[in-house]
Parts: sequence; structure tokens; C-alpha cells
Amino acid sequence: MTPLDAKRPLQLNAQGQLQHFLSLDGLPRELLTEILDTADSFLEVGGRAVKKVPLLRGKTICNVFFENSTRTRTTFELAAQRLSADVITLNVSTSSASKGETLLDTLRNLEAMAADMFVVRHGDSGAAHFIAEHVCPQVAIINGGDGRHAHPTQGMLDMLTIRRHKGSFENLSVAIVGDILHSRVARSNMLALKALGCPDIRVIAPKTLLPIGIEQYGVKVYTDMTAGLKDVDVVIMLRLQRERMAGGLLPSEGEFYRLFGLTTTRLAGAKPDAIVMHPGPINRGVEIESAVADGNQSVILNQVTYGIAVRMAVLSMAMSGQTAQRQFEQENAQ
Amino acid sequence: MSLPNPAELISQMAIRLKAHLEHRGIREPRFIGIRTGGVWVAQALLEALGSDAPLGTLDVSFYRDDFSQNGLHPQVRPSALPFEIEGQHLVLIDDVLMSGRTIRAAMNELFDYGRPASITLVCLLDLDAGELPISPDVVGATLSLAAHQRVKLSGPTPLELELQDLAP
Repeated sequence: MTPLDAKRPLQLNAQGQLQHFLSLDGLPRELLTEILDTADSFLEVGGRAVKKVPLLRGKTICNVFFENSTRTRTTFELAAQRLSADVITLNVSTSSASKGETLLDTLRNLEAMAADMFVVRHGDSGAAHFIAEHVCPQVAIINGGDGRHAHPTQGMLDMLTIRRHKGSFENLSVAIVGDILHSRVARSNMLALKALGCPDIRVIAPKTLLPIGIEQYGVKVYTDMTAGLKDVDVVIMLRLQRERMAGGLLPSEGEFYRLFGLTTTRLAGAKPDAIVMHPGPINRGVEIESAVADGNQSVILNQVTYGIAVRMAVLSMAMSGQTAQRQFEQENAQ
Repeated sequence: MSLPNPAELISQMAIRLKAHLEHRGIREPRFIGIRTGGVWVAQALLEALGSDAPLGTLDVSFYRDDFSQNGLHPQVRPSALPFEIEGQHLVLIDDVLMSGRTIRAAMNELFDYGRPASITLVCLLDLDAGELPISPDVVGATLSLAAHQRVKLSGPTPLELELQDLAP
């Protein structure tokens, strides 16, 4: 095996193509656009009588979920199946044993099953990167969410949602609202919006739910909903992640809803054609009013459909990049 | 080697295609061009036929048999078929027929939309290098190239053929 070029990001091969999909950090705009374009084509496939293409026939994709998930797991399964890959899903509990041990042991077993690709969700930040770096250099690793760090396929499906409803990113104002501190979706979205050229990215949250150093993402910070939502084109609501909240970050859910809940009245301050997004699962009456979640500005269910297409794009592109890298290494070895 | 003029080929192809469809008793064919060159040829052919029938476009990237060697084509675009495939007589149009693998991929894709009544294959050029039992029903011209030569169509207007030399 050729040693990794120190300057080359782990998730790109020698030709700059995707070979893992770990984070949106450092990915160029062209590559993100290629993912969105490819996803557009897969979206068309999803509308056919036969929603399946033979692209990954004979490949084995292993979904390894160390953390609970419904939407992400099922849409990754569907994406793999629609690409004609064989897919198995393992729900691994993290409650017992030390996490490092569990992770390595589980992965050794999976390696022995000759999987071509792992989709990994883990509660620890950096888990997918760790696997790509140390465990299986020949296997494509797709990050299905790691701790508070990244959820890059969610980020890209949010970008596809915005592009399909708003056309482009150049003149948009996008507000990300709620529990930014615990949200890997927020991080992935900020990186993607920045890379795709969105000029006005806002985050709206109470001070206790904002990470330190949020400014480094090039976003404007608001602690007031009315000011933050003024004339935005896109509102991305986040789930209040109560399970990750250790201390007294919030007085109560009722208080949070009173100040940061997306209600019909608050949404009226955004542009009249603004769209409302949410990665799910939604907490009605905690971060979003039912009338908004079910209203005609909501594209929350479209996001799920787009999620399958984006995951098909990422799975096929990473598999393609792995193939190209193997060939490149073979040619260089000769 | 001099290459033929695509405009001339297309007017001859229009006449032959008309005769072919009449012979088969096909009254309402559905036209489909394969991206990208096949779509250009199809547009020119419809114009030569004086037809305003809707044109379907097919991107076969997801059906290619060389994914495990060459990976995914980076500029894949959605296929768009503005009509039913089930029970229809299709006219499938491509620019250059070489190995026949693109046509196989196109037929696999079409069958995922439905079961057509028939498929007629129309190609601007046949390079006489088939690797599969696929041959065109209507062809503009047949050429034999040396192994290191390729021919490329540029378009959509004007359509021009260009001979390319691969690195030895």
C-alpha cells in the first residue's frame, strides 16, 4: 500500500475524488456541487417504476450504528438497496464495555465479512475518521453522524433541499435555529453553506446552546428570534437534544419554546416564500409549532426523500473513488 | 482519412428511418437520444423528419458495465422521458456505435421504465468494432478506424465530426 500523502485529506484519493465521506470540512465547492448534481439524477431514478440501478451490484455495504437512528439508518439502507448493493445493518449497543474496545472488536468482525463499505454512526466525535485511518484502509467509510462533530450526508441533503427550492446559494439568507451546541447537523450545514457561497448564514440560539468559537464558521450570531429571522429565505430548525444535555443549560422546555420556538407568528418575519427545514425527529411544541411543521412552507418530508438520493450519490461516488485509488496504486506499483 | 458531413448523413438517415418505420407498420414512434451526442443527432433527425414529437433523453451512467474499472461518470444528468415506455415503439438514437456497451446499458435502463413494444436503433456512425450482438437498424455511415483512433462529435449546431488520436 502506498503511504498516505500527508497533505492530502484522508477522505480524498490521489485524484481528488471522494474515497471516504467523513466531514464536509475542507471539501471544495466543485466536489459538493458534483454530489448535488449526482443526487439530482438519483432523485429522478426514485420516481421510476423500478427505483433501482445496477451500479453497486455485487458490493457489500455494512451499516454499523452505535447510536440510535431511524431516518438515517433506513434511508442509508434504501440508498444501498436502490444501488443494488447487498446491505446489512448492525445496531451495536455502546452501553457495555469501553467504547474503544467495542469499536475495534466489532470492526474486525466486519472486516472479516469482506464488506466494501461501512456506514458508521457513533456517539463519539471522530469515530468515522478513526476507522478510516486505522482500521480498514481498503474499505470506504461513510460518516452517518459522529458525536457533536459531523453529519455530512445530512448536511448535503439539506443543501440539495435548498438548491431544489431556491435554485442557488448566491443570494440567500439562511438561519440555523436552536441547539447549535450539540448539533453535528449545524456544523455540517455551516461548512456546506460557506463552501457553496451562501453570503448570509445566521445562527439563532440562547448563549448556553452556542459552542465557543462559533464565529470561526463565518456566521452571524443572534440570540433573538425576531431579529435573526428577519427576511431570511431558509429556516433550518434543530432538535433540542435533551439526551446530550448534562447540566442546567436550559431553564425549561417551555421557556425555550417561548423564546426560540418557530411559531407561525415568528415565521411571518421571514421572507413570504421562506422554506422551513428540520433534520428530524421533530419535537412539536418544543422547537417548532405543529402548524409550521405541517404548513405549506415546510419541506421537512421532502428532506427525507432527498436524503435517499444524496446517500445514493455519496455511496456510489465513494465506491468509485476507492476503485480509482486501487487502480492508481496498482499502476504506481508496476 | 476524411470524415463524412453529419448534416448529409442525417438527411439520408431520415429517409431510411421513415422507410424502416413504414415497413414495420410503426405509426407513432417515441424518440430517445442518448446523452450527449445522441441527443444532438436525435434533434437534427427530428428536424429532418419535420417532426415535433417530444424527445426523451437518456443518461446511461448508472447502467454502465465498467463501473468497477472506471467508476462513475462525473457529469451524470437525470434521464428525462416525457412519455410512457410500456407498450411503445421506441427509436433509440446515438452518435457513434463502437463496442455496443452503451446501447446495452441504454436498453437495460429503458426496461426499468417499462416493457417497450420494440426498439429501433439509429446511429450516426458505426465503427464496426462491436463486442456484443448489437447492430443498428439505421446508420449514417460505417467506418473502420485504426486501434489508436477515435471519432468525436461536437454540437449541437453545427454537428461536426473530428478524428482523434489516442496516445500510443
